[in-house]
Amino acid sequence: MQSKSTGRKVGIYALACAALAALSFAAEAQLRIRITSGVERPIPIAIVPFGWQGSGPSAPFDVTAVITADLGNSGRFAPLPERDMVSRPTEPAQVNFQNWRALQTDVLLIGQIAEEGAGRYAIVFQLFDVLRGEQLLGFRVTSSVDDLRATAHRIADMVFEELTGIPGVFGTRIAYVSEQRSGDVREYRLIVADADGENARVIAESRQPLMSPAWSPDGRRLAYVSFEGNQSAIYIQTLRTGNREVASRRAGINGAPSFSPDGRRLAVTLSQDGNLDIYTLDLSTQILRRITESPAIDTEPAWSADGESLFFTSDRAGGPQIYRVQAAPGARAERVTFEGTYNTRPRLSPDGRQLAIVHRDRNNDRIAVFDLQTRLLQVLSGGQLDESPSFAPNGAAIIYATRDGGQGVLAAVSADGRVHQQIAAVAGDVREPVWSPFALP
Amino acid sequence: MRSIVSLACLLAVFTLAACGGSNTIPESTGAVDPAASDPAASTRGADGGEFGDFEALDGPGGTPAALMDQLVVYFEFDSSEIRSDFNSMLAAHGQYLAGSRSAQVRLEGHADERGSREYNIGLGERRAQSVRQILLLQGATADQLSTVSYGEERPAAIGSDDEAYGLNRRVELVYR
Repeated sequence: MQSKSTGRKVGIYALACAALAALSFAAEAQLRIRITSGVERPIPIAIVPFGWQGSGPSAPFDVTAVITADLGNSGRFAPLPERDMVSRPTEPAQVNFQNWRALQTDVLLIGQIAEEGAGRYAIVFQLFDVLRGEQLLGFRVTSSVDDLRATAHRIADMVFEELTGIPGVFGTRIAYVSEQRSGDVREYRLIVADADGENARVIAESRQPLMSPAWSPDGRRLAYVSFEGNQSAIYIQTLRTGNREVASRRAGINGAPSFSPDGRRLAVTLSQDGNLDIYTLDLSTQILRRITESPAIDTEPAWSADGESLFFTSDRAGGPQIYRVQAAPGARAERVTFEGTYNTRPRLSPDGRQLAIVHRDRNNDRIAVFDLQTRLLQVLSGGQLDESPSFAPNGAAIIYATRDGGQGVLAAVSADGRVHQQIAAVAGDVREPVWSPFALP
Repeated sequence: MRSIVSLACLLAVFTLAACGGSNTIPESTGAVDPAASDPAASTRGADGGEFGDFEALDGPGGTPAALMDQLVVYFEFDSSEIRSDFNSMLAAHGQYLAGSRSAQVRLEGHADERGSREYNIGLGERRAQSVRQILLLQGATADQLSTVSYGEERPAAIGSDDEAYGLNRRVELVYR
């Protein structure tokens, strides 16, 4: 079992092999995003190809394409195809709002990229309200060549937030598990990619199952479960270096890791005391506290926003339901879900008001959100084997795993259920997606 | 009459009802040869030769070696209860372990793919523990038995139908 790092020094031969493997894998790991339904009236936006001022025929990176894909794939915008653009302004003086009104465009984004020096670029962009003929945003940003993709996502975030009022998540990442089978051999990989599926990087791989990835609140580490050596253990891996530590490899089951909001504790599921129960592990002192003590299966802990309590799955009442307990030994758990016979895998929304869960309805496992105030359950997805929901850090969407024609794929649904996306890997099954937090400044 | 009763008993075993038939009728869930369970049957070979009557065996059906070849226990949906049709098989393994102190077996518990993954780890573990309990009762010692649960992560059968699910709800006995 290797954990890969992009920062380690290796021999030239090994490096070449790794590069080749990474290239071929990168093609296979590529996720394809497809909108299956968007909002009824997506905002018509024209994103005019940004102008280029520098050596060579074009900019080193197609910023316009990334912004267009981000906004289009969100399901809330309808980008105007380039071929329909009557004019191609790259600075405000060139804009004639009449042209755009005639095309029934509501919003116009234009910009320019200029070479500033060795490997440095300046991007200038403006966003206009076409109907009013007013500028909404105008910015200049500099970037190295390596950061142009991230800068494009940031521009898309700013446009998104300006027009919807919701912070964009185009600059965030997802982690997920990939499984590829050939004959009897199974390759499991834990992958981190940009939210649009690009830049996929294998951070762990194994011939034994990998599962339950969980982001640390600072987005720098991933906890996950690995079955290397025919035993489950929880690891915490630092993404930048690829180094990992064993968080728990106790006798029996080690599973379902979840970082507390302050990043200092890990909630875990252990069976060391006879059956599955929830514990909290202080990551600096290594002090383990037992939180549940029932003979039932108690697992899948998720922290409340204040780090004081845990939501979890328990079948102490017969079938699995969601419970809440204070994160202290001996605390009494109270049941949260009562509708339906099977409710599991709670994940709290960023605003702390809702739980995304797996809810079984007549033999279909679906993603639902449960409002902790109103106690109302709303089913958001429509598959048969939907699982592993994870909120985007802006709370506006939930990514989850499902199946399409026998292949494990990811999907996303907006929190109001209107926008649906499907995200399939080119090869193999993907599952257990977890959305990263916002990047720290 | 008796042959009809014994055939019906076997069918009942397959539909998971308890069968309280005569103890000369084998109740294993290995491949079933209807003729073997019917003491009065005789069969005709393809070349026209004729076999003699089959005699029912006393005690658990099949030889201990055949039972020891059975290494998988299957379970009902959402259940970790050991069905009676696995009793003979587990008895054979338990007795083997009781008689061979150095033998060790790992009980690998599994679940079908429905439902969430970590909860399914719990179901697989419960099933492994059920098998472990039976083996202990049959004479194995705790240090001969280890358990691991793979939940739904290592299915035996790929598919999203009841047949695949049935094949995946299992505990595998893996001798080390």
